[in-house]
Amino acid sequence: MSAVAGFLRSRLWLVTLSALMALFVVNWILQPNLVTPNVLKSNLSVFLPVILVAIGQTYVVLGGDIDLSVGSIVALVNVVTVSVIAALGGGAGGVLGGIAAGLVVGIACGLLNGALVALLRFQAIVTTFATGIIFGGLALMVLPTAGLPVPAEYWRTYGSSPLGLPVVLWVLIAALVIVAVIAGRPFIKHLAAAGGQRAAAFQTGLKLAQIRILAYALCGLFAAFASLCLTGETASGDPLMGRTLALASISAVVLGGTALAGGSGSAFGSVLGALVLGMIGNVIFFAGLPFDYQTLIQGLITLLALAGGVLVARRN
Amino acid sequence: MNRIKTILTDPLVLAALSILVLLAMGEVLSPGFARGDQIIRLLVVSAILGMVAAGQSLVVIGGREGIDLSVGALISLGAVLAGNAMSGNDGGILPAILVAGGVTFVIGLINGLGVTLLRIPPLVMTLGMTGVVQGGLIVLSRGIPSGNAAPSLMGFVNRPLLLGLPGVLFLWALLGLGMWFLLRRTQLGYAIYAMGSNERAAVLTGLPVRLIRTLLYGLSGLLAGVTGVVVIGYTGNSFVSVGDQYVLPSVIAVVIGGISLAGGSGNYFGVMLGAIALTLLQSVLTTLQLEFWGRQLIFGAVLLLLMLLYGRTKQLRV
Repeated sequence: MSAVAGFLRSRLWLVTLSALMALFVVNWILQPNLVTPNVLKSNLSVFLPVILVAIGQTYVVLGGDIDLSVGSIVALVNVVTVSVIAALGGGAGGVLGGIAAGLVVGIACGLLNGALVALLRFQAIVTTFATGIIFGGLALMVLPTAGLPVPAEYWRTYGSSPLGLPVVLWVLIAALVIVAVIAGRPFIKHLAAAGGQRAAAFQTGLKLAQIRILAYALCGLFAAFASLCLTGETASGDPLMGRTLALASISAVVLGGTALAGGSGSAFGSVLGALVLGMIGNVIFFAGLPFDYQTLIQGLITLLALAGGVLVARRN
Repeated sequence: MNRIKTILTDPLVLAALSILVLLAMGEVLSPGFARGDQIIRLLVVSAILGMVAAGQSLVVIGGREGIDLSVGALISLGAVLAGNAMSGNDGGILPAILVAGGVTFVIGLINGLGVTLLRIPPLVMTLGMTGVVQGGLIVLSRGIPSGNAAPSLMGFVNRPLLLGLPGVLFLWALLGLGMWFLLRRTQLGYAIYAMGSNERAAVLTGLPVRLIRTLLYGLSGLLAGVTGVVVIGYTGNSFVSVGDQYVLPSVIAVVIGGISLAGGSGNYFGVMLGAIALTLLQSVLTTLQLEFWGRQLIFGAVLLLLMLLYGRTKQLRV
């Protein structure tokens, strides 16, 4: 019995995976055409931004911090990308330039958060809330109102299927590969040490500030990935994009078995957590509940899932 | 020199100074900003923020990463429940307060039970509860604004009662005294500080830490619900997201007021000044007639400046 408990303790994501499979079956019963390429693809397109942001959020949370500014980073990256593409006059070169600018902005936002929290020792919650306001303000400065379409090349490419698989799936695969590469580096152990036993980690000589700043930079980078995907989806600029992503990403991280106190968890778990969140929404939508009740039921199930996730993590 | 620095970086002094500076700035930018009736208006808005922040203060002082992000949804719930209980009749005011306060108190207690019994991190528990309450509000009101404030309640919040001041300001002052009495003159108050600064020690001295913490979340819910009643008195009617705008300002007022988010320190008078300073800042930024994004940038920058002054965590040492 304790062997099972020990096995599960290091693999909390298995619990999330079981929940995901159960939700998938229920969804399949309610929506018989779920397992067709088109429906799966459109589902993945909807879930992908949350998945990507949740991956980035995991690193910050693992290090014992939190990033409430991810939603605003997504908005800022979006408006910078579309504005740069427009300024460069569209075309393939313009699109690549816009994407590069977006990625730089995402990383820069992350570096700023990390520097404030790790170097100046600001409290992470209030600080990232404040930088979130600033990033959101900058997004409105760059593009005051929604609009400014991206060239057709951008969204056509995003919607296409090179080598038989849709781009959204390639993006997910690429993200998982990055996660796997990071998981194999010493960085992830150092980060968990920084989150779990900060004083002890400091005393063993780890460069904590550097590690935590890198985590925030990764979070900014993944937020930028999410923003580029959303831009492919909406095909235009929107300074208010991504408002709900901060909370959704934190929920996904917790559902994926990462402790909010820091020190343990994995980005793979967060991917599963984000999928569970999305599937809960799907099931509620297809269950044919009265529209008025959908938000309430979704809130209740999410709260129960969060409570369950925390309980399972502790029991083990 | 050190002494001057200590005094100047004291949160209370700093909040008071920023209030004076902001008032002066407002008066320069728009003559009449610091006129008596304008100040009273600003104080009423501050009182609303200050009442939610009172509950937030209790939860934060109690420690263990205490924070209540459900206050916004609970304000909305309080306002909608109160509005429907009154539907414009003075006779409905007392039932409105009882219903709004009672329901939000129970929801706050549920938050507390989740945090203490299930040991869910407060941030997650209260966020999750926000989703539930918002869903409940949609069921309750079907998304349509409903209920109106009774005339006497609106008078209490908006019109002079005594010495030219609206009744709600006296209510806020009473709340301030009550918070001071609770925190500094009762055993419960000392227990809250004790568990906030060192939970283990508090448990070992035999304090019912779980019970107290559950109660703190209940009180935060109750204060949010009562704030909802005041909000509907201020605006006249309610809608399902009327409370959302108070969530993060309530946390910020607590931080500006000198209460460490780590728990175990600070007092409510600082938070009252913090609520006034924050309201003034928003008002001055509105007076500047900047674009919305310009106001956002300044607001964010001021927050970061405040963090620099006293929101920093301890340096790690070997």
